[in-house]
Amino acid sequence: MTVFELSKLEQFTSLSLSKDSDITGVFCCDLLSIAMGKAPSGSAWVTVMANVNTLAVASLTDVACIILAEGVSFDNTLIEKAKEEGIAVLKTDLPIFDAALLINNLL
Amino acid sequence: MADLMELNYAVSNEDFTRAGEASSDVKKKLKQLGVSPEAIRKVAIALYEGEINMIIHAYGGKIKVTISEDAITLILADKGPGIADVEKAMQAGYSTAPDKVRSLGFGAGMGLPNMKKNSDSMDIQTELGVGTTVTMVINL
Repeated sequence: MTVFELSKLEQFTSLSLSKDSDITGVFCCDLLSIAMGKAPSGSAWVTVMANVNTLAVASLTDVACIILAEGVSFDNTLIEKAKEEGIAVLKTDLPIFDAALLINNLL
Repeated sequence: MADLMELNYAVSNEDFTRAGEASSDVKKKLKQLGVSPEAIRKVAIALYEGEINMIIHAYGGKIKVTISEDAITLILADKGPGIADVEKAMQAGYSTAPDKVRSLGFGAGMGLPNMKKNSDSMDIQTELGVGTTVTMVINL
Protein backbone atom coordinates (compact mmCIF):
# COMPACT_ATOMS: atom_id res chain seq x y z
CA MET A 1 0.00 0.00 0.00
CA THR A 2 1.21 3.51 -0.72
CA VAL A 3 1.00 6.65 1.41
CA PHE A 4 -1.50 8.22 -1.03
CA GLU A 5 -3.75 5.14 -0.80
CA LEU A 6 -3.61 5.26 3.01
CA SER A 7 -4.48 8.96 3.01
CA LYS A 8 -7.75 8.18 1.23
CA LEU A 9 -9.07 6.11 4.15
CA GLU A 10 -11.68 7.93 6.23
CA GLN A 11 -9.65 7.40 9.44
CA PHE A 12 -6.77 9.53 8.15
CA THR A 13 -6.35 13.20 7.28
CA SER A 14 -3.35 14.32 5.28
CA LEU A 15 -1.28 17.28 6.48
CA SER A 16 1.54 16.96 3.96
CA LEU A 17 1.57 14.75 0.87
CA SER A 18 4.32 15.89 -1.44
CA LYS A 19 5.51 12.51 -2.64
CA ASP A 20 4.00 9.05 -2.76
CA SER A 21 5.92 5.98 -1.67
CA ASP A 22 5.32 2.36 -0.73
CA ILE A 23 4.69 1.57 2.92
CA THR A 24 6.76 -1.50 3.74
CA GLY A 25 6.04 -1.82 7.46
CA VAL A 26 4.75 -0.09 10.59
CA PHE A 27 6.84 1.32 13.43
CA CYS A 28 5.53 2.73 16.74
CA CYS A 29 7.57 4.83 19.15
CA ASP A 30 7.39 8.22 20.82
CA LEU A 31 10.94 8.41 22.09
CA LEU A 32 12.83 10.07 19.28
CA SER A 33 16.16 8.64 20.47
CA ILE A 34 14.82 5.14 19.93
CA ALA A 35 12.93 5.96 16.72
CA MET A 36 16.14 7.44 15.37
CA GLY A 37 18.00 4.18 15.79
CA LYS A 38 15.22 1.73 15.00
CA ALA A 39 12.60 3.13 12.59
CA PRO A 40 12.96 1.09 9.37
CA SER A 41 13.19 3.11 6.18
CA GLY A 42 9.95 2.82 4.22
CA SER A 43 7.82 2.28 7.32
CA ALA A 44 4.77 4.21 8.47
CA TRP A 45 5.92 5.71 11.79
CA VAL A 46 3.06 6.09 14.26
CA THR A 47 3.66 8.54 17.11
CA VAL A 48 2.09 11.22 19.29
CA MET A 49 5.34 13.20 19.43
CA ALA A 50 4.68 16.23 17.27
CA ASN A 51 7.55 18.67 17.23
CA VAL A 52 10.18 19.84 14.78
CA ASN A 53 12.50 17.01 15.81
CA THR A 54 9.88 14.47 14.70
CA LEU A 55 10.40 15.81 11.18
CA ALA A 56 14.18 15.62 11.51
CA VAL A 57 14.03 11.98 12.64
CA ALA A 58 11.59 11.09 9.82
CA SER A 59 13.88 12.71 7.29
CA LEU A 60 17.04 11.05 8.56
CA THR A 61 15.51 7.57 8.83
CA ASP A 62 13.69 7.78 5.46
CA VAL A 63 10.36 6.53 6.79
CA ALA A 64 7.54 6.52 4.22
CA CYS A 65 5.35 8.77 6.36
CA ILE A 66 4.62 10.05 9.84
CA ILE A 67 1.23 9.09 11.31
CA LEU A 68 0.21 11.39 14.17
CA ALA A 69 -2.20 9.42 16.39
CA GLU A 70 -4.67 10.28 19.17
CA GLY A 71 -5.81 13.45 17.38
CA VAL A 72 -2.38 15.06 17.76
CA SER A 73 -1.45 17.50 15.02
CA PHE A 74 1.33 19.73 13.72
CA ASP A 75 0.96 23.51 13.77
CA ASN A 76 1.06 25.38 10.44
CA THR A 77 4.78 26.12 10.67
CA LEU A 78 5.56 22.40 11.00
CA ILE A 79 3.15 21.47 8.21
CA GLU A 80 4.92 23.96 5.92
CA LYS A 81 8.29 22.56 6.93
CA ALA A 82 7.11 19.00 6.24
CA LYS A 83 5.96 20.06 2.77
CA GLU A 84 9.25 21.86 2.09
CA GLU A 85 11.23 18.78 3.05
CA GLY A 86 8.94 16.39 1.20
CA ILE A 87 7.92 14.43 4.29
CA ALA A 88 4.45 12.85 4.16
CA VAL A 89 2.40 13.41 7.32
CA LEU A 90 -1.06 12.01 8.10
CA LYS A 91 -3.06 12.33 11.26
CA THR A 92 -5.75 10.22 12.86
CA ASP A 93 -7.96 10.23 15.95
CA LEU A 94 -7.19 6.54 16.50
CA PRO A 95 -4.89 5.46 19.34
CA ILE A 96 -1.39 4.39 18.31
CA PHE A 97 -2.09 0.66 18.52
CA ASP A 98 -5.32 0.81 16.52
CA ALA A 99 -3.77 3.01 13.84
CA ALA A 100 -0.75 0.69 13.51
CA LEU A 101 -2.95 -2.42 13.44
CA LEU A 102 -5.18 -0.93 10.76
CA ILE A 103 -2.22 -0.03 8.55
CA ASN A 104 -0.53 -3.38 9.16
CA ASN A 105 -3.67 -5.26 8.09
CA LEU A 106 -3.72 -3.33 4.83
CA LEU A 107 -0.08 -3.99 3.87
CA MET B 1 43.83 8.45 1.10
CA ALA B 2 43.09 11.94 -0.17
CA ASP B 3 40.12 13.71 1.34
CA LEU B 4 37.37 14.42 -1.15
CA MET B 5 35.46 16.94 0.89
CA GLU B 6 35.46 18.68 4.25
CA LEU B 7 32.33 20.17 5.78
CA ASN B 8 32.12 22.38 8.86
CA TYR B 9 29.07 23.27 10.95
CA ALA B 10 28.38 25.23 14.10
CA VAL B 11 25.76 23.85 16.51
CA SER B 12 24.00 26.55 18.48
CA ASN B 13 23.17 26.37 22.14
CA GLU B 14 19.72 25.18 23.33
CA ASP B 15 18.20 25.53 19.87
CA PHE B 16 16.19 22.36 19.35
CA THR B 17 14.41 23.78 16.33
CA ARG B 18 17.70 23.74 14.44
CA ALA B 19 18.83 20.31 15.61
CA GLY B 20 19.45 18.09 12.62
CA GLU B 21 20.49 20.84 10.22
CA ALA B 22 24.04 19.56 9.96
CA SER B 23 22.90 15.92 9.66
CA SER B 24 20.36 16.80 6.93
CA ASP B 25 22.95 18.75 4.98
CA VAL B 26 25.56 16.00 5.25
CA LYS B 27 22.94 13.45 4.22
CA LYS B 28 22.11 15.45 1.07
CA LYS B 29 25.78 15.83 0.12
CA LEU B 30 26.49 12.12 0.64
CA LYS B 31 23.51 11.26 -1.56
CA GLN B 32 24.93 13.49 -4.29
CA LEU B 33 28.28 11.73 -3.95
CA GLY B 34 26.55 8.38 -4.46
CA VAL B 35 27.39 6.97 -1.01
CA SER B 36 25.41 3.80 -0.14
CA PRO B 37 22.08 4.31 1.68
CA GLU B 38 23.27 2.15 4.62
CA ALA B 39 26.36 4.30 5.17
CA ILE B 40 24.29 7.49 4.81
CA ARG B 41 21.82 6.28 7.43
CA LYS B 42 24.65 5.47 9.85
CA VAL B 43 26.27 8.87 9.37
CA ALA B 44 22.93 10.69 9.69
CA ILE B 45 21.97 8.91 12.93
CA ALA B 46 25.42 9.23 14.53
CA LEU B 47 25.65 12.90 13.64
CA TYR B 48 22.10 13.78 14.68
CA GLU B 49 22.56 12.14 18.08
CA GLY B 50 25.80 14.08 18.42
CA GLU B 51 24.07 17.35 17.54
CA ILE B 52 21.35 16.68 20.11
CA ASN B 53 23.98 15.87 22.75
CA MET B 54 25.79 19.13 22.09
CA ILE B 55 22.55 21.09 22.37
CA ILE B 56 21.41 19.35 25.57
CA HIS B 57 24.69 19.17 27.45
CA ALA B 58 27.36 21.36 25.96
CA TYR B 59 26.00 24.79 24.97
CA GLY B 60 26.56 23.95 21.31
CA GLY B 61 29.79 23.15 19.54
CA LYS B 62 31.49 22.49 16.23
CA ILE B 63 31.22 19.65 13.76
CA LYS B 64 33.78 18.70 11.15
CA VAL B 65 32.94 16.07 8.57
CA THR B 66 35.69 14.68 6.38
CA ILE B 67 34.78 12.50 3.45
CA SER B 68 37.47 10.38 1.84
CA GLU B 69 37.23 7.51 -0.61
CA ASP B 70 37.14 4.83 2.06
CA ALA B 71 35.64 6.48 5.15
CA ILE B 72 33.64 9.34 6.61
CA THR B 73 35.06 10.91 9.76
CA LEU B 74 32.85 12.95 12.09
CA ILE B 75 34.53 15.13 14.70
CA LEU B 76 32.22 16.81 17.23
CA ALA B 77 33.98 19.22 19.54
CA ASP B 78 32.42 21.25 22.34
CA LYS B 79 33.51 23.40 25.24
CA GLY B 80 30.82 21.98 27.51
CA PRO B 81 31.10 20.59 31.05
CA GLY B 82 32.75 17.31 29.99
CA ILE B 83 31.51 13.79 30.79
CA ALA B 84 32.12 12.72 34.40
CA ASP B 85 31.84 8.98 33.79
CA VAL B 86 32.22 7.93 30.16
CA GLU B 87 31.61 4.26 30.92
CA LYS B 88 28.24 5.08 32.53
CA ALA B 89 27.35 7.51 29.75
CA MET B 90 27.89 4.70 27.24
CA GLN B 91 25.28 2.50 28.96
CA ALA B 92 21.93 2.46 27.17
CA GLY B 93 19.32 4.11 29.39
CA TYR B 94 21.76 6.13 31.54
CA SER B 95 20.84 9.80 31.21
CA THR B 96 21.56 13.11 32.86
CA ALA B 97 19.24 15.08 30.56
CA PRO B 98 16.77 17.50 32.17
CA ASP B 99 12.99 16.88 32.10
CA LYS B 100 12.50 19.65 29.53
CA VAL B 101 14.51 17.59 27.08
CA ARG B 102 12.57 14.41 27.86
CA SER B 103 9.30 16.13 27.03
CA LEU B 104 10.71 16.69 23.52
CA GLY B 105 11.29 12.97 23.07
CA PHE B 106 14.99 12.85 23.89
CA GLY B 107 17.01 12.15 27.02
CA ALA B 108 16.39 8.40 27.05
CA GLY B 109 20.07 7.65 27.46
CA MET B 110 20.38 6.32 23.91
CA GLY B 111 22.55 9.03 22.37
CA LEU B 112 26.09 7.75 22.86
CA PRO B 113 25.06 4.06 22.49
CA ASN B 114 23.34 4.93 19.18
CA MET B 115 26.45 6.80 18.04
CA LYS B 116 28.67 3.84 18.86
CA LYS B 117 26.29 1.39 17.21
CA ASN B 118 26.26 3.37 13.99
CA SER B 119 29.98 3.99 13.67
CA ASP B 120 32.83 1.59 12.95
CA SER B 121 35.01 3.28 15.54
CA MET B 122 34.31 5.91 18.17
CA ASP B 123 36.69 7.79 20.44
CA ILE B 124 35.74 10.16 23.27
CA GLN B 125 38.21 12.67 24.69
CA THR B 126 36.70 14.55 27.60
CA GLU B 127 37.84 16.73 30.47
CA LEU B 128 35.58 18.11 33.18
CA GLY B 129 35.09 21.84 32.80
CA VAL B 130 36.97 21.92 29.50
CA GLY B 131 34.89 20.05 26.95
CA THR B 132 34.43 16.90 24.93
CA THR B 133 35.55 15.79 21.50
CA VAL B 134 33.92 12.75 19.95
CA THR B 135 35.46 11.27 16.81
CA MET B 136 33.51 8.71 14.83
CA VAL B 137 34.56 6.88 11.68
CA ILE B 138 32.13 5.20 9.32
CA ASN B 139 33.89 3.01 6.77
CA LEU B 140 32.71 3.03 3.18
